[in-house]
Amino acid sequence: MVRLFGIAIGAVFCVVLLFAALAPREATEVDPTLAFHEHPKQVHWSWDGPIGLGVFGGYDRVQLQRGFQVYKEVCSSCHSLNRIAFRNLTEIGFSEPEVKAIAKNWAVEVPTINSETGEAATRPAIASDRIPLVYANEIAARAANNNALPPDLSLITKARHDGSNYVYSLISGYADVPANFPADRRPEAPLHYNPYFHSLAIAMAPPLSAGQVTYAEGQPEPTVDQMAQDVAAFLTWAAEPKMESRKRAGLGVLAFLLILTTLAYLSYRRVWAGIKH
Amino acid sequence: MSFPWANHYQPKNPFMQWLDSRLPLPRLVYNSVGAGYPVPRNINYLWNFGVLSGLALLIQIVTGIVLAMHFGANTLVAFDSVEHIMRDVNYGWLLRYAHANGASFFFIVVYIHIFRGLYYGSYKAPRELVWMLGVVILLLMMATGFMGYVLPWGQMSFWGATVITNLFSAIPVVGDSIVTLLLGGFAVDNATLNRFFSLHYLLPFVIAGVVILKIWSLHIPGSNNPTGIDVKGPADTLPFHPYFTAKDLFGACVYLIIFSVFVFFLPNYLGHPDNYIPANPISTPAHIVPEWYFWPFYAILRAFTIDFILPAKLWGVLAMFAAILLLFFLPWLDGSNVKSNRFKPVSKQLFWVLMLDLLILGICGGKPAEEPWVRISQIASMYYFAHFLIILPIVSRIERPLPLPNSIAEAVLGKSEPAPATAAAQPAE
Repeated sequence: MVRLFGIAIGAVFCVVLLFAALAPREATEVDPTLAFHEHPKQVHWSWDGPIGLGVFGGYDRVQLQRGFQVYKEVCSSCHSLNRIAFRNLTEIGFSEPEVKAIAKNWAVEVPTINSETGEAATRPAIASDRIPLVYANEIAARAANNNALPPDLSLITKARHDGSNYVYSLISGYADVPANFPADRRPEAPLHYNPYFHSLAIAMAPPLSAGQVTYAEGQPEPTVDQMAQDVAAFLTWAAEPKMESRKRAGLGVLAFLLILTTLAYLSYRRVWAGIKH
Repeated sequence: MSFPWANHYQPKNPFMQWLDSRLPLPRLVYNSVGAGYPVPRNINYLWNFGVLSGLALLIQIVTGIVLAMHFGANTLVAFDSVEHIMRDVNYGWLLRYAHANGASFFFIVVYIHIFRGLYYGSYKAPRELVWMLGVVILLLMMATGFMGYVLPWGQMSFWGATVITNLFSAIPVVGDSIVTLLLGGFAVDNATLNRFFSLHYLLPFVIAGVVILKIWSLHIPGSNNPTGIDVKGPADTLPFHPYFTAKDLFGACVYLIIFSVFVFFLPNYLGHPDNYIPANPISTPAHIVPEWYFWPFYAILRAFTIDFILPAKLWGVLAMFAAILLLFFLPWLDGSNVKSNRFKPVSKQLFWVLMLDLLILGICGGKPAEEPWVRISQIASMYYFAHFLIILPIVSRIERPLPLPNSIAEAVLGKSEPAPATAAAQPAE
């Protein structure tokens, strides 16, 4: 009885699926701009490690500090980084006095209330504050940016496929619109053509130009490519600040488990010695 | 417990004697997972996956309880509290990555466990209830996994919840009311998040309860084995402890190594980047995809594209649920009197066709609903239903199995050797 019901139900599903599979498809128009999309350029990052598998590599503190400088002097005029507190900057090698100075001199002050009148006010940031929002809210952000919303960058490298390479490619990959690009799809001002952006037309103007940031003595030349790599590395740290302790713990855990597995295997062999199975 | 030759619990330690005569808990353990449970001696490494499923459930419950201490089940703070766990809670990143990857690994081991049951006919009499309780666990796991994915309140959380709960609106007449009831409102919002958190905390303990029923039911006939033939005598079995505890410990270590590689070195590999974007009800992601372990069923859901008497959406929902519910009837759909595919050449090949079919469905489920994936998933879904509901019932009745060995001992030890004395099956000193 179950079998007959089963065969009947199975036959019904199969017939419906067969009709669906045979049904003619509407000719789908292939988006002519698809061919212009490019995958992110692949960079060998410090955390990819010597063998490139990402098992051993950590962050390059000096690079992260350069990246922070780029973020502070360029990106932070529009993009917030609100999941990072100033105190976190000690993790990338800044000393406590340096962090206090960075917080105190930050371009945006922290909203607070006047302790006497209760009115809205601002005060200079302190080390325990998170990096303040650039705009008070989304409407203010859009109003200042031709209705585009500059996203918070705290998690950006984890919120995009191949995030570190993506951020690097996006900000260093602006290009002229290709000559054979469909005329009716050309990005119009205020949008800019960028082959790494999902819609190919991004509201952000090319943010970097060579020499825009002055790196400290002995640091690499601040080319667009160099600054883009540095800030992408900094944002990778911002999105995954515990990566180094994670990998360290992982190596310890794996070493422990390999020994335990060996012992477990030897015990297993010993218990089963002479037992056919 | 299950066989007359099973070892009996005889505590030597006076305290254990005292305890056993008042609360026979040591006896229960001894008879369930100790030397008092005889297990077929020939079970292979695929039989490790039952214990591994239990381990995976345990890891989920332990990490989940600690995560819940730091998580805020409110749309205003849920995403922030997850990032707080990642950045500020001591070893919070470990808890969260272990929990998120632990869900995927739980499904991996459970799927392998199910495939093992399919291949060796473990669902057939007298283990029908063991199998059916397993299907109940699978359904509970799916509900738990789905609701857990909503909790971080990222874009995929929100839109996944919107798509999946909206499926129930396909039910005629009462569908919309059911959706409102599920969501606690007219859209996925704070009420939804809060009840999903409550249920996500509850269901693992329900799963643990069903696991106990399942093990209880399993211990009546005992474990199946690769030959599928029944245990006949003491020579066929070995006590669970120390033989299978040793084997399970080794298997668990290997499992933990693979699990650790993902947790510590590829923690976001199985996740979706969009879930690191806070939920935004006015911005729909380009492609809404569920977690990978739902992909085969998601492909079946989307394979129904035409209104054939019933609306396509209703067909899809019916088929998706039928795809899992049909497993309840498998013990009766399969009419063969031989369990193991080892002795069924045709069924064995069909099993591998089914595996390939599920792989194809899985790939289709992760792709956008575009050609050629839709048509491929239609054909693959057709095979899925045909396999279980048409081919299996017919083939199982007409296929002539290969000759079976007389006993497990004979299969293992060969005909020439005399059956070993029971002493061989005693625990090592």
